[in-house]
Amino acid sequence: MSNTAFLSLEKLTLAYGDTVAVKDLDLSIRQGELVAFLGPSGCGKTTTMRSIAGLLRPQSGRISLDGADITRVAANKRSVGLVFQSYALFPHLTVFENVAFGLRLKGLSGTELESRVDAGLKSVGLTSFAARKPAELSGGQQQRVALARSMVMEPKVLLLDEPLSNLDARLRLEMRAELQRVQKETGVTMIFVTHDQGEALSLADRIVVMLNGAIEQIGTPEDIYNRPASAFVADFVGFENIFAIENGRLRAGNGPIELAMPLPHDAAGLAWRPRMVTLGSGPFQGTVRGAAFSGSTREYLLDTPLGALKAEVDAAAPAHSAGTTLAFDLPVEKAAKLERFN
Amino acid sequence: MNSRLFPVVVLFLVTAFLIGPFFIIVAASVSGGETLAFPPQGLSLKWVAKVFQVESFRESFAMSMLLAIGGTGAALVLGIPASYALSRYRLPFGETIRTVVALPIIVPGIIVGLALLRYLVVPFRFNITLALFLAHTALVLPYAVRVVSASLNNLRSDIEEAAVLLGSSRAGAFFRVVMPNIRSGILAAFILGFVTSFNQVPVSLFLSGPGVRTLPIDMLSYMEITYDPSVAALSALLAFMSIGIVFIAERFLGFSRYV
Repeated sequence: MSNTAFLSLEKLTLAYGDTVAVKDLDLSIRQGELVAFLGPSGCGKTTTMRSIAGLLRPQSGRISLDGADITRVAANKRSVGLVFQSYALFPHLTVFENVAFGLRLKGLSGTELESRVDAGLKSVGLTSFAARKPAELSGGQQQRVALARSMVMEPKVLLLDEPLSNLDARLRLEMRAELQRVQKETGVTMIFVTHDQGEALSLADRIVVMLNGAIEQIGTPEDIYNRPASAFVADFVGFENIFAIENGRLRAGNGPIELAMPLPHDAAGLAWRPRMVTLGSGPFQGTVRGAAFSGSTREYLLDTPLGALKAEVDAAAPAHSAGTTLAFDLPVEKAAKLERFN
Repeated sequence: MNSRLFPVVVLFLVTAFLIGPFFIIVAASVSGGETLAFPPQGLSLKWVAKVFQVESFRESFAMSMLLAIGGTGAALVLGIPASYALSRYRLPFGETIRTVVALPIIVPGIIVGLALLRYLVVPFRFNITLALFLAHTALVLPYAVRVVSASLNNLRSDIEEAAVLLGSSRAGAFFRVVMPNIRSGILAAFILGFVTSFNQVPVSLFLSGPGVRTLPIDMLSYMEITYDPSVAALSALLAFMSIGIVFIAERFLGFSRYV
């Protein structure tokens, strides 16, 4: 993996008619990286991916791939593969012919074509399905055909649109392993789009969190999970207690709250996961409004001077019923320090 | 009446109503008598044989075939790209275009025929055969657009993008992945258009001239002069031809899915 940018987007602005979907986006991706575009629907992640594929012409900005400016290069000349969320297999062609489609257009035929297609099908474990039509395959199998169809073209970048979202839990695990294996074996640069943070965290080398057509944070899964840069990212990765800092104090529903520890002066806010909240001791008081048992842990919803708060404790600890008043603390050293509060 | 029996009786009556005339025509066509009559007098195939000896029938049959095949072909050449554009792009006035394309079904044929005669053929001495061809193309176009649109709407548009990303051009993607998947819809549209055109009377009635006549019009005028069973024989033959076409279409395409 080299450190120079393999795929780079510079000041990319994308629009549908008058609606700007992505504004001035800058991003560079290294060769062989597995990158996730993560964000809620409408954040511009799919739009950005489509512009990399060449299916959407940017309004302004530049896309370069492997040292060449491809902003104006047609989609069929880019060496970019895309595995569609719906798989988009050709229904009238067999699995073999689906995988052979692009190779035939390249002028391959005869035994060379056959061996390339066979290798592609073998790599996704579908050799025995070559003669079937897509309609005779399960969703997971169809997706693997779509993956093989893109991979036999040896693309410089492989894009995947929500690759795991249509699969059931067991297949999802399988496909995740499959994608990691393909990426490892071929070294292809992969970008996948997802709205599921779990998917992004478990699969990607680097995550690009997007919101409202702009990048909210870029980082490794550990960065994103442990050090969210903004309130939005914190919320997205499961920090459920998020507070802004105002004049060195936490802003809360009933006025600012003083914490025992001095607050970091360079943070715009602090965020705690429910299990970072200390329950049973501390300077604050809260009333239990509700509790949820989830096997290994128990989650409490508390009414506190800070507003509603979520705390999670080991289920082995004795349960508290609704209405009980409990002491709690928000340990500053455990909190994620947010650079931006939005 | 038994409640189970009632629907069966209704079904029988409706079927008899629909198919009855066909049996009467077939029976009348094998009559041995000299006039068109039911029940037939005697049994003979001489009127069936006569159909093939009447020269005007041969000529008007050729004309009708030419119009049905040519007109439907032209309607598809116009209709397939139109359907594609209407279903894939958000066109300005898309709904208006859809309505205009459907007009020939809505406007009575008599009016279309009269209008073409009065404002195209008469003032401009427009060639009647050409006018017939244009009229039949327009009459079939709504069916072509409707049936082809139905198959296009059942086809995901992302397969075209997939084809493009695999190296195909936009036009190539249309011919490689769209056309093969709407082929049965196109054939269904062709058959529907063919039958519509072949059976067309009101428009063709106005657009007839010396030596230019479609088969149904020719049969009408034949009957006005000669009231013999050969018209019944010809009708029966045409009905068998239509049944044959629909049967083949159903067998190979699952025709009924599209209409």
